[in-house]
Amino acid sequence: MDYSAYLVPLLLAFTALFGVGRRVNVFEALSRGAEEGLTILLRILPNLVGLMTAVYMLRASGVLDLLGDLLAPLLVRLGIPPETAALLFIRPVSGSGALAIGSELMGAHGPDSYLGRVAAVMLGSTETTFYTIAVYFGSAGVHKTRYAIPAALIADLTGFMAAAWSVRLLFGV
Amino acid sequence: MAMAWIWTGMVAASVVFGLVNGTIGAVSGAAMEGAGAAVELCLSMAGIMCLWNGVMAVMKASGMMDGLSRLFRPALCRLLPQACRDPDTLAALSGNVSANLLGLGNAATPLGIRAATRMARGSGGQATDELCRLVVLNTASVQLLPTTVAGVRAALGAESAFDILPAVWLASALSVTAGLLAAWALGSVWRT
Repeated sequence: MDYSAYLVPLLLAFTALFGVGRRVNVFEALSRGAEEGLTILLRILPNLVGLMTAVYMLRASGVLDLLGDLLAPLLVRLGIPPETAALLFIRPVSGSGALAIGSELMGAHGPDSYLGRVAAVMLGSTETTFYTIAVYFGSAGVHKTRYAIPAALIADLTGFMAAAWSVRLLFGV
Repeated sequence: MAMAWIWTGMVAASVVFGLVNGTIGAVSGAAMEGAGAAVELCLSMAGIMCLWNGVMAVMKASGMMDGLSRLFRPALCRLLPQACRDPDTLAALSGNVSANLLGLGNAATPLGIRAATRMARGSGGQATDELCRLVVLNTASVQLLPTTVAGVRAALGAESAFDILPAVWLASALSVTAGLLAAWALGSVWRT
């Protein structure tokens, strides 16, 4: 799994050279983007303080293990590791909540473990579905959403299954 | 408001379960730990997130977003033929898709809203098939570089924060395909 060792530096060099070739002030754009990254972090942090506290409490109380055990028969059949059960529920509802649960999983099992990678891929390949639907339909004045929610949730479920499957495929268990 | 209920529910559930299960001591310890862990996580992922947001900004400034837009236009026009007849809607749509691909959420959402608003005209407040497909496209999160997740991985000491990329691409592609297939199947039964 060495390709990412090339990917990152090559992508950096390519972006810089491409930008320079297009007469873009590459460094200024980079700094402005980095500043925006800070704003994103500043927006995430206050949410994460509350949510990480709640997730740590849930983990310590044993609720998360119970949830995993309860759903294990179903999730195993779908190829989804039961430890990620809580992530599946919170992901469509809250982005910061999912980040809190996901990073707790990655921290507890290690970011390079099977579970850590599955949690990361789940976070990376799904969205805060209900929030997105509310924003788009709300601002477009659409009240009857018809099948948008079920279709989007099918996409989410497929994303969760595909995350576990693709990690197994590309990294082994 | 939804978040207030979720957060309260999470805290209440852990306290109740902690009392019943005799783990309340651990719950109390965890309550003191989580907030610090959140700040620590944000601090240690700050570097990688700022850097890659910067890289994305360079890509945008050098016109890569427009390039991506042009690349995806044919596929978009097959997916949303009616919306694509209007040039302004098409511009907003392809900008939305390419900003999503580059992980520029701040740029993607206003463009998506503009496209959705134009597409919803004359639909009488009802989601058309194409609007449903646009929403699926946006909820499935097709992202080339998931910078936040990579930031978390780097913060937690991953050997190579970006080695999950192919897996993310594969999972995203499968999920958006499933979503569009579901929309297509549901669209033919779900009338009115």
